[in-house]
Amino acid sequence: MRLNIDRLTALAVLAPSVILLAIFVYGFIGQTFYIATTNWQGLGISDISSVGLRNFEQLFIGSGLPFFRFREALVNTVVFTVLFIAASLSLGLLLAILLDQRIRAEALFRTIFLFPMALSFVVTGTVWRWLFSPRSGLNTLPTLFGGAPLPPDQWAWFTDRRQLITFTWADASRLVLIAIIIGLLAFAAIAAARRRPVQALIAGMIGLSLIGWVFLGGAFEALGNVVRPAHGVNLAMFSIVIAATWQMSGYTMAMYLAALRGIPEELREAARVDGCNELQVYRYIVLPLLQPITLSAMIILGHISLKIFDLIYVMAGGDNLRVDVPGIHMYLTAFRGNNFALGAAIAVIMLLLVAFVIVPYLVNAFRTEVRR
Amino acid sequence: MFKRLFSLAIAFVLVFALAGVAAAQQGGKLEIFSWWAGDEGPALEALIKLYNQKFANVEVVNATVTGGAGVAARAVLKTRMLGGNPPDSFQVHAGQELTGTWVVANRMEPLTELFRSEGWLDKFPKDLIDLITYEGEIWTVPVNIHRSNVLWYIPAKLQEWGVSVPATWDEFLATCETLKGKGVTPLAMGENWTAVHLFENVLLAQLGVQGYRDLFAGKLSWTDDSAKAAWTLFDKVLDCTNPDAASLSWQQANDLVIEGKAAFYIMGDWAAGYMTTTKGLTPGEGFGYAPAPGTSGVFNMLSDSFGLPKGAPNRENALAWLRLVGSVEGQDAFNPLKGSIPARIDADVKNPQLYNSYLQSAAADFAKDALVGSLMHGAAASEAFLNDFQTVVSVFIATRDVELASSAAQALAETTAAR
Repeated sequence: MRLNIDRLTALAVLAPSVILLAIFVYGFIGQTFYIATTNWQGLGISDISSVGLRNFEQLFIGSGLPFFRFREALVNTVVFTVLFIAASLSLGLLLAILLDQRIRAEALFRTIFLFPMALSFVVTGTVWRWLFSPRSGLNTLPTLFGGAPLPPDQWAWFTDRRQLITFTWADASRLVLIAIIIGLLAFAAIAAARRRPVQALIAGMIGLSLIGWVFLGGAFEALGNVVRPAHGVNLAMFSIVIAATWQMSGYTMAMYLAALRGIPEELREAARVDGCNELQVYRYIVLPLLQPITLSAMIILGHISLKIFDLIYVMAGGDNLRVDVPGIHMYLTAFRGNNFALGAAIAVIMLLLVAFVIVPYLVNAFRTEVRR
Repeated sequence: MFKRLFSLAIAFVLVFALAGVAAAQQGGKLEIFSWWAGDEGPALEALIKLYNQKFANVEVVNATVTGGAGVAARAVLKTRMLGGNPPDSFQVHAGQELTGTWVVANRMEPLTELFRSEGWLDKFPKDLIDLITYEGEIWTVPVNIHRSNVLWYIPAKLQEWGVSVPATWDEFLATCETLKGKGVTPLAMGENWTAVHLFENVLLAQLGVQGYRDLFAGKLSWTDDSAKAAWTLFDKVLDCTNPDAASLSWQQANDLVIEGKAAFYIMGDWAAGYMTTTKGLTPGEGFGYAPAPGTSGVFNMLSDSFGLPKGAPNRENALAWLRLVGSVEGQDAFNPLKGSIPARIDADVKNPQLYNSYLQSAAADFAKDALVGSLMHGAAASEAFLNDFQTVVSVFIATRDVELASSAAQALAETTAAR
């Protein structure tokens, strides 16, 4: 590598942002990881010592209610993410296909559907809090037509305490662990069949050691301390999903619409010539071509939903167990309860969750770049 | 393009540098940090105005952070203190919120000397002095007293429904059935913290003064039968509350009572300020008040106070502020607007020009009742305990599991005491 003026300029221009990023993003991520392995509680910082991975252990299998609350928040996040992505994608796709029919005043509708995205989640949260207030909001809609308002205890929206499907944390953990083992072994088998010995060996080893952990190390026994109350799909979560979908489905619509416009008319024509009806055109031509957009939209929606804080904090309050999420729990644990170590541990888990979604995507994108 | 950005950046740097120089030269500032804005803003502004009359050349910076009943403000304050950038004085609840968070972390200056030189040691009630004393030193200057255990109602509505004010929880539960039969919500409740507020007063009624004090002093276990009985009672009381509680702020829950949709409401006496100032009702006629069931003769108190953080940039100005806050003049300027009573025993509470009939009755009770500290409002337990206790209450509301709640509360008491 030769150092000429161009290279020096490039370095000089890049250096400030690289240094700032290194300190203010990666440095603080590192610090958060470090704090998560300490026992830092309270505003005194003189007697902090390392406790290893104890905070994480407590969060996942600790017996106290604060840890139960973390697990409730985790389950809620998974439920929210799945429902929110499914709803935003399908509604966005539907709107895009409808707008793609060369209707009149398309630009007007496009703007209307896209507008909610311009709002902040705080505004959306406030508005939907009013709308879903069991006593005064949507529940009073029937009175416009001379009916009686919907009863607040049946139509409780985000204050609902009922759960649809319930399971204990111990059962869920067992199922997840078994699923991971089966997945790893299956991956190993496939890799072996495709003559990729290294991958097969690594996956097989991890899978087998997990089996060993279950039978020899007592992976399941540790779950015995976990407190009783069941987790589940909370009805209150659906109100949040509706509000979030209202805000973000316009965005997926815009992405899909752009992709639809990019599909050459010739392809559709060719399909029609080959005897496809309109439904089949979508099934065999349009939808497969939209796949990359779906992936991008899932990544973007996924990392929004995993980190969500403001919408729920504003809409349902900070201590509403049935719609609690890790972001809120982290904020309250660290800045209201002064338990900075545990708060940092929750933050690390959130980061890992998001990384789980983002990193494969980035790796994929990076590979495609290089190939080009 | 790059040139433009560059010059912009230079301009930014210059502006900040100049601002820094200006700040260093000025001096004579006083930064007061609180969560008092909106309805509570005028009371603080009255104090600041008084301060400016005395010290015209000091520029008072009123740093308020609103939201979440002080949660947002305390979060900001903590990051500032950890970052070595304390305000000159900040609002803090007297009691465990002060000692458990700030004093044990060695971030406050003791104020015993100030109390001695101002002659305040016998001007505040002894129980209150005890509450703000830790290891022999006094750490903060109380500016007001609020009462937590008050039952609010509208007299005309009670007459209409033919019910009387319950003196005990048994009476209340009987009244609850009557009211339910008439389609009225017996007891209004709001979001989760108001449930904790309700619980502390159920607990106080169930345990009595000594039991309540012992519980928070660690001498009585949360798994003791008497403490468990409080959860059992709380379960029954929750059945008398509105199902949409989580969607209501404390003001909206209060509105249910004012509008005649609910009969009773247990809330701190800031509700009196809300009903007189915002809703224009007359104490005693427009709205009625009584001690929460089973807590007659007990004053469940909380107190806002101002302390002096170590490393306050304008220490002398802050001390002058504390002298004003603790003076009769300061307390009589602040409290009528805040809707609270003075923490000092020699303030002008009998003056009807300043204090309305509710505040006068509260002051009379404060002088003769047994005092206990509020759990929800930072007097009885540390922030670490309270934060997780709010989780316990939210889990209890969802599960109604008495065993789980009492053992969880005991576990919390043990782990947070160890901190």
